[in-house]
Amino acid sequence: MARPDNEESPGTPRTWRKPPFIANPLVRYGLLVVLAAYLVWAFGSLPFNWERISEGLPRAARIFGGGFPPTLSRFDLLLTGFTESLQIAILATLLGVLLSVPFAVMAARNIAPLPIYLLGRAVIIISRSFHPVIVAILFVAAVGFGPLAGILTLTLYSIGFVGKLLAEEIEEIDWGQVEAMRSTGAGYLATLYYAVFPQILPRQVGLSMYQLDSNLRASAVVGIVGAGGIGSTLMNAFGRYDYDFAFAILLVIIAVILASEGVSGWVRKKIW
Amino acid sequence: MVDDADLLADRIWRRHNPKEQLIRYGVMLLTLMVVVWAVRDIDIFWPWVWDAPNQISSLGARMWPPDPSRLGEIVDAMIETVHIATLATMLTIFIALPVSYIAAQNTTPNRACLWLGRFILVSSRSVNTIIWALLFVAIFGPGVLAGILAIMFRSVGFIGKLMGEAIEEIDRRPVEAMEATGASKAKVIAYAVVPQVMPAFFAIVILRWDINIRESTVLGLVGAGGIGVILQGSIDTFAWPTVATILIAIIALVLVGEAVTGLLRRKAL
Repeated sequence: MARPDNEESPGTPRTWRKPPFIANPLVRYGLLVVLAAYLVWAFGSLPFNWERISEGLPRAARIFGGGFPPTLSRFDLLLTGFTESLQIAILATLLGVLLSVPFAVMAARNIAPLPIYLLGRAVIIISRSFHPVIVAILFVAAVGFGPLAGILTLTLYSIGFVGKLLAEEIEEIDWGQVEAMRSTGAGYLATLYYAVFPQILPRQVGLSMYQLDSNLRASAVVGIVGAGGIGSTLMNAFGRYDYDFAFAILLVIIAVILASEGVSGWVRKKIW
Repeated sequence: MVDDADLLADRIWRRHNPKEQLIRYGVMLLTLMVVVWAVRDIDIFWPWVWDAPNQISSLGARMWPPDPSRLGEIVDAMIETVHIATLATMLTIFIALPVSYIAAQNTTPNRACLWLGRFILVSSRSVNTIIWALLFVAIFGPGVLAGILAIMFRSVGFIGKLMGEAIEEIDRRPVEAMEATGASKAKVIAYAVVPQVMPAFFAIVILRWDINIRESTVLGLVGAGGIGVILQGSIDTFAWPTVATILIAIIALVLVGEAVTGLLRRKAL
């Protein structure tokens, strides 16, 4: 018993087609045209030095040839570099995490008045806008080569990162405890200390562990512009065409980063 | 019974039991010892530390007022920086998607591919962009190409890892349905996997583009193109007012980048 509405009109094909990703055809093709135009513009305007690039492969062969096998012949240099990186990371994390608390309080809209809030936000935005390497190069220019520039850089970097997340955490606290403290007539600092800080402390401890890991990574990088630590050792090895030592340093950096990621992840899991 | 109530009333509330208290003191002592070791052992010339605020403020004074005379050049370098970030992000997609496909447990063809994928992701993520840039500048010479490659090599790990996680979280049922109809491997991916990971894909790529813009501002410091080249040049020639202009331009670029990514997220997701 064939029902008439089950029958297709004879002209329509019975194959299903996937609906296009963007429904409006004008937008769909327009985007493709824009993309093509952008690629032409970008590739056309960038200065590629093809002559130099064509020399690349032999050079790569030379570098990797010189780099293998990596050698640990100057192990003590490597160890000194890493110890310094670790010290930079620890001190910068400590300073950064402590200093991030006042900035986070300033940058939390629910407990700071508007002018202070704007100031706190501005500090956090500025310290987050600059890549640590740019900050490092400025500090190296100001206070000279060495771990001090590294500590200052990473402190600023930590203030930006921890301050931002902590401020968001403060904005989300349970307001009941603050009201309870205020109703007893407690002052501003007492309210902060007894009603706000206990609520953000677990988060702050987790963030510090994360930041320690992150600072250890960054300390390998800021050293490249002269701010001490393993990065400086790496840069020196690279500058002396000492590729086998440079590759050894790189491999050890990777191993240390993986280990520190594991440890920091484990601690954070324990705490949260 | 009544005595119990008295006992309870006399108890003093403590937040931590003795064992927790002991662990807390132990951790604090350990932290203190580590900090003392770090401070005593680190190779810092302490008089410089006390002098640092003076040095920093004098550097700040030398930077003021910002000198806009090279603004045209700076804007050009900024556009180059954005190009590096954008092209690198686009090119990364072509590498990162296959890698994420073999590095996801539910789509990988076999165990060897899984470990190969994971190895690529881990090695890409553990080496910082600047270090990649250092390597590529040594190979291909200073210039934009080294910058693009450095950003790409770092982004593959980021996009690949997050995409791999997105693929691992897909709903199995569409895949099974497609397989039950006898669809080929390519069709299963195109019709069952891709539609499910599309939103995650756009979110991840937009996020990485934002990060790449920040990262590409520093590539020039090791010679890999972009604004960093001018920044390094100005610092080397002690042209501090120009440095200040460049720093302001970088803040502006990062803020614009954040605004654009915010807009894209709202429009596309």
